[in-house]
This record gives sequence, C-alpha cells and structure tokens, in this order.
Amino acid sequence: MSSSPDQTVPDTSAIAQPVLEARGVTKRFAGVTALSGIDFAVRPGESHALMGENGAGKSTLIKVLTGVHQPDDGELVWEGSPVKFARPLDAQRRGVSTIYQEVNLIPLMSVAQNIYLGREPRNRIGLIDYSQMFADARTLLTTYGIDIDVKRPLRSLALGVQQMVALARAVSINAGVVIMDEPTSSLEAREVDTLFSVIGILRRQGIAIVYVSHRMDEIYRVCERVTVLRDGRVVHVGDLADLPRMELVSLMLGRSVANVKGRGVTAFGETRESDAPPVLVATDLSRKHQLEGVGLEIRPGEVVGLGGLLGAGRSETLKALAGVMQLDRGTVAVDGKQVRSGSVPAAIRAGIVMLPEDRKSEGIIPNLSVRDNIVLAALPRLSRAGFSSTKNQDAVVDVFMRRLRIKASSPDQQVSELSGGNQQKVMIARWLAMNPKVLLLDEPTRGIDVGAKAEVQALIDELAAEGLAIVLVSSEVEEVVEGSARVIVLRDGRVETELTGADVDEEHLLAALAGDGSGDPK
Amino acid sequence: MTAIEPSASQSSESLASDAQLARERVVSVVQSYGAAIVLALLVVIASISFPTFLTPNNLTNIATQSSFPLIVAIGMTFVILTGGIDLSVGSVFALGGVLGAMGSQSGVGGTFLLPIVAGVVIGAIQGGLVAYAGMAPFIVTLAGLLAVRGLVLAVTNAGSNTPLITDPVTSVIGQGKVLGVSYTVLIALVLLAAGVVLLARSRGGQSILAIGGSESAATLMGLPVARVKFVVYVVSGVCAALAGSLNAAYSSSGVPTVGVGLELSAISAVVIGGTLLSGGKGSLIGTLAGVLLLAVIQNMINQVGSLTSSVQAVVSGGFLAVVVIIQTVLARSQRL
Repeated sequence: MSSSPDQTVPDTSAIAQPVLEARGVTKRFAGVTALSGIDFAVRPGESHALMGENGAGKSTLIKVLTGVHQPDDGELVWEGSPVKFARPLDAQRRGVSTIYQEVNLIPLMSVAQNIYLGREPRNRIGLIDYSQMFADARTLLTTYGIDIDVKRPLRSLALGVQQMVALARAVSINAGVVIMDEPTSSLEAREVDTLFSVIGILRRQGIAIVYVSHRMDEIYRVCERVTVLRDGRVVHVGDLADLPRMELVSLMLGRSVANVKGRGVTAFGETRESDAPPVLVATDLSRKHQLEGVGLEIRPGEVVGLGGLLGAGRSETLKALAGVMQLDRGTVAVDGKQVRSGSVPAAIRAGIVMLPEDRKSEGIIPNLSVRDNIVLAALPRLSRAGFSSTKNQDAVVDVFMRRLRIKASSPDQQVSELSGGNQQKVMIARWLAMNPKVLLLDEPTRGIDVGAKAEVQALIDELAAEGLAIVLVSSEVEEVVEGSARVIVLRDGRVETELTGADVDEEHLLAALAGDGSGDPK
Repeated sequence: MTAIEPSASQSSESLASDAQLARERVVSVVQSYGAAIVLALLVVIASISFPTFLTPNNLTNIATQSSFPLIVAIGMTFVILTGGIDLSVGSVFALGGVLGAMGSQSGVGGTFLLPIVAGVVIGAIQGGLVAYAGMAPFIVTLAGLLAVRGLVLAVTNAGSNTPLITDPVTSVIGQGKVLGVSYTVLIALVLLAAGVVLLARSRGGQSILAIGGSESAATLMGLPVARVKFVVYVVSGVCAALAGSLNAAYSSSGVPTVGVGLELSAISAVVIGGTLLSGGKGSLIGTLAGVLLLAVIQNMINQVGSLTSSVQAVVSGGFLAVVVIIQTVLARSQRL
C-alpha cells in the first residue's frame, strides 16, 4: 500500500497540453442541474482521480465525456480543438474509452470476439478472418501480461479477467484517454495489482487515465492528480500528494475541518445511549466484495448511525440485516433468536423492517392509495382467511396517519400525489403497522424538503424514545452525528471504528471516514 | 421489496475448472445440436414404423413442404437472435403469395419483385418503429400481423378473389425439380447457406449476436445497434414475402387465407433449433433442424392416418414445451 504513484512514469502533467478537457460544462435534467460550469482536464500519461459523493455529478460528467450525454452549456476540447460527441461511438473513435464497473461485454461471445467486435479483421472477400483475430487477441493480451485462451466464452472467465479483456478492448481502439469507473469494485486484491500494473503500462504509452473510485487507498496508490466534485461543481483540483486524506474527505462531504458547524442544524433532540440488552445482534456479516465480517449490536430505544463513504457498505449492511441480500457468512439474531438469513419474510417476522434508500422504486406503490400503501405489508395480519375488512384497515391507517401527521386529503388519496416527506411517512407507517422491533432507515430524508426533513427527524427520535431500535444511514454528516447515540463507521465493507458518547461529532466522524488514523481519538 | 441478487456472476471468482468447462461444452452441444439429434432419432423411428416413410417420394414431399417455412424461419432466426420477435410473418407470407400471383400476370419478374418490395416496406416500417422509435417488437409486429392480414383481404376483395398463376416460368420455379430436388428447396438452402456465412463471418452477423447477448453492452461498444435491428426486420419481411410468393408459385395461386399461425410455427422451429428466445445465441442450422423436426412429426402423424391434424398440433406444442424446459434448465446450469 504505497501512497505515491508509480515512480517510473514521467511526470508530464505540468507541461503537456491536456488531451481531453471539459470547459464550463453544464448539464441539466428536467430542470435539475446535475453539472454546473465544470472545468476538467487530463493530460497524456497522467492518472487523474475523479472524486465525489453520491449525487456529486461524477457519473454525469463521465457520460458527457463519453458522448452518452451532450452538455447543455460549455464544450469538450480534444487536444486543443473543440469536439462534439453526439454518441458513444464518436467519443470512442476520437480516443475516449471507458471501463465500467460492470463489465460491459457480451458474456456469450468469445474473448477475441469481444475484443474485436465491430472491427473484426477481414480477409480479401470481406469475411471475418478468425485465425487472424485469435492471433491478434493473443498478442494484445500478452502485452499486458494476460495469458488466457481467447476462444473461451467470456462468461467462463473470472470477473477480474473479464475486466482486463474490457481494458484490452478499450486501449486497442487507439485510446488517448481511458476512463475507469469503479474498475476494482468486484476484483480480488491480486487482480487489482494486475490492473494497476496495466495502468502503469498505459501511462508509459502516454495514455491518460481518469480514475473514479471511492477507495481512498487505491486513489492514493494509482493517481497523481485529483478533481473533486460536489453538488455538480468542481470544488478542488490539484496534486494528490499535496492533499491529506482528511482534507479530501472534507472536500467531498463539504465539511471543512476548521469550520464544523455547531449543533442544532437538524431537528434531532438529545440522543441517549441505552444499556438495555441488545435486541439485535449481528455477527460476521460477509458477502464477497461487499461486506467483510461486519458485526453490530443494537439496543432498544437507541439510534445507531452507520457512517461511511459511498460504497463503504452501509446500505449493504442494512440489506443484510433485512434479509434482502444473500450472505456468504454471518448471523443475525433478534432477542437472542437467530433469524434465517437472506429471507425478507423471516426478517419481518423477527421484527426487522427496512425503509429502502430508493423510495420510488423499492418502496411506495405510487398508484395505490395511502391506505393501501400503509396496510400492504400488514395485510396478512389484518386478514382472516385471506379477506381483510376495510374497517380493520381503517382503524390501523387512522392511527398512523394521525400519529405520524401524514398530510393527505383522505386515506384514499393516491400516494403519488403526496409530497416526498409524506410519502416517506407513509412508508414508515407501513412498517410500524408491523410492530417492528428494529427499524432500518436508509437515507430517510433524501429528496424531501427542509420542513418535512425536520418532521421525519423528530419522528425518528420519538420512535426511539418509545423503545424502537433504529439503525440510521445518511449521507448527511450532521444527520448521522446529531441523530445517533453511537456511530459505527464502515470502510471498504468492514467496521472501521465505533464512535460513542462525546466522540460522536463531525470531527471524529470525518477522521474515521478518511481512515488514515490521523484523527483517531484514542 | 424484492430480493436483490446483484449479478450472479460475482460468485464465479476463480477460473472455471476443467470439469466445468467440459460440462459447458456438453451443454453447448445439446443446445446447438439437440434438435438435429432428436430429428435423427425420429427419422430412424419413422423409417422402422412406416414403410412408406423412407421413400423418395415422401422425402421429397417433406423437403418441399419444409422449404417455405424454412425461408420464413431464417428471417425469424435473425430477428430472435437480436432479442426481438416478428409476429407479422404469417400475414406477410399471405400478402407475398397474393401479390406474387397478381404480379405473375406481367411475367416471372412480377411474381417475385412485387412481394419483395412489399416485404421490404413492411419490414422497414416495423424495423423503424422497433429500432428507431424504441417500441416493443411484440406490439409492433402484432399490429403488423393484423394490419397486413387486413391488407391481404383488401387486395383480394375481402378474400373472395384468389389470383391464379399462369406464367409458365413462375410455375417451373414453384413446381420444377432438378435431380429430384425442388427448386424451392434449392432456393431455401441457398438462403440458408448465405445466412450461415453472414451470421458467422460478417461484422453484421457478429453485431446481431452481440445485440442479443447484451444490448446495452453492444451500444456502449459503439455497435450500430439501431441499424442492425432495423435490418433484421427488413430481412424477416423479405423472407416471409418471398416464401409466400414461392408457395403461390408452388400451388399456382395466391390464396388469401394461407399463413395463419405461420409465425407461431416459425418461432417454434427457431426455438426448437436451440436459438435462445432472449437472443444472443443460436444457429440457422438449428433452425433447419427445427423446421424439419416439425415437418417429420406432421408427416408421421399423417402416416398413422387415424390421427387428425389437431393431434399434430398437440405433439408439436408438447415438443416445444419440452425444448423450452430443457433450454431453461441448461441455461440455469450454465449460470451457476
């Protein structure tokens, strides 16, 4: 784990003209500004990290650079002259190649076919020359130290090798810039090493690398410069060597270390730590590439925050607890009784319910009424012999609409007509109707307005006070810090540290997120 | 809340073992040649059971009868390989026959030119809607099925006219033989051979397989996805119309009511032949085996005599179900 970029690569970044530039690029979607006045440049042979949290605009910028989206304002510049990429093919022809997180190749076709799709070598009468193609593919892969049977279907290879094949394809199309979007998220450590050595070879060939990853260690290992995006704007450009991790994290989260806001920006009240016996005990939750031995205990009446950067494994931990995600190892127990893992019904029966991150696609059913959305999960309990009387339902719905202060004209109003905050309350009501013991909240206040946010936050406090155990995931630092009695900090799918008592503040959380030990309180 | 299973392939961490590879190979052979193997078995059974089966006359009959659906199924294979479907082929087949018979009044050129032009136009409209307007192939071609059938009725005075073929050259193409093999069979085999070469050895063919394998990946790889999808519907339209006109030449008339349900038997033949309905994998040789298999089943049932054609539908349907079950099981075993 060296913290400096490969030394054998000449540092040309300061002198050479950028190979690809974005100048003042602005992109709006349905009135929402995703990118605003972005300036971004990569030089030949440079490896440039593109950093930012969820919604910062990284993926939109990449899509603009690769021709998937066209900028509403501003321009792209290739080797000093303006270019327009109307579609991905234009960008590829010019020399911008992309390696995606998911391998974007054809699993059923062979390695060689995948590398040369669309530009297969042909013989005199225009038919594909397979022996030439196999030989070319073999030579190409050998250049990067990859030795595989190029006739094998891609699907039969390990994911890391597939990623290499994608990379080989990308650079063999006269690449000037290779954009890598989370290329290591599903690779083994050994495969990551291979990838990095290939990146070294590419840089020596003068190819510019744009590297997107949330893994700090990798960024510092393989990149020399960094551009940090936040809320669709560039907030920092510079050499990584001059940027301590802590600083980088603060830039990404928009929390300057020297300027930590005081308490009171959220509607959370005082938080309590509880010393009751834990209601939920999870041990060794593990799933390849996502979670590694995560363990936690939650007591009734406490709100426990899960801290971590994008991809640290927060949502995955919740999904593991809720039985949504299959686990390789690990156990979840409620009140000492083990819950069958990987089963949502089992988790719900045991009293674990989850409010998913994506309310729209995983939560509410927009065309159904408020009543139907609330009683949906509780229907089996409210029914007798498969039938459920409206009277029974109304009793339940009425209680929750009043208790959670859901603003709807009537229980019959369509949920899609409610505001985001009220939709979220409907979701919470749905799960409360199940009499849960543990409530898992994934970004409960995302996408709802300030007033509703405060209400939801106050509600979380109330529920905890009533004895519910709550796990809170939020990308807003102040929400985690002020809402939680304890914060368990995750990093790369592991528990990094746990903040308790007076240590639950922004400063300690940022230090833990940066994970370089520099701010470790102990 | 549904269970989320992020890319099942993530669990395949290491290189597939030799045993796995061997199994993959067996699975792949069964997928590609299963129909041919079953066809061979059926031919043996039929030869033993029915003395009249293995006669030149009967075999020529089967071959000639199969040549028309084969041409339709060739076009269908291309469409299905891209992950699409073409339900309009039965109606286009009928239109091809009617227009061919009408066109034959001005000679053999008219017999085939008119239907081919119609096939191109219908295919282009459907392909345009699917490829460029992004509409669902099922709906677009279902609309095509209905509209073209209506068109057939319109040009035949609500089906009461059956244009006859009197052009002698057309009749020779439809009914003639060389060395005991019908011209229609030869035409079908030439188209099949061209299709096989195109699929395996042309960039367009590779693009078809890539699009069916993963359309989003194909797009990101810069393949001309829309154009390829457009072209396969045009090819399918032309194949169906040409088959219809050949069928008219064979039967000396453009019957407006032919080809009802032909799209379903063409799809069955393609799927029985080992082409995945989701696209990306399959072969025209498999399609040939699928077409012949359905024809042999029909022929065997005819030989029994006491069985009606409805039994044939039951057997074909049951067969299709078995093939799809086997394919699903095989595909699942490969994914693990």
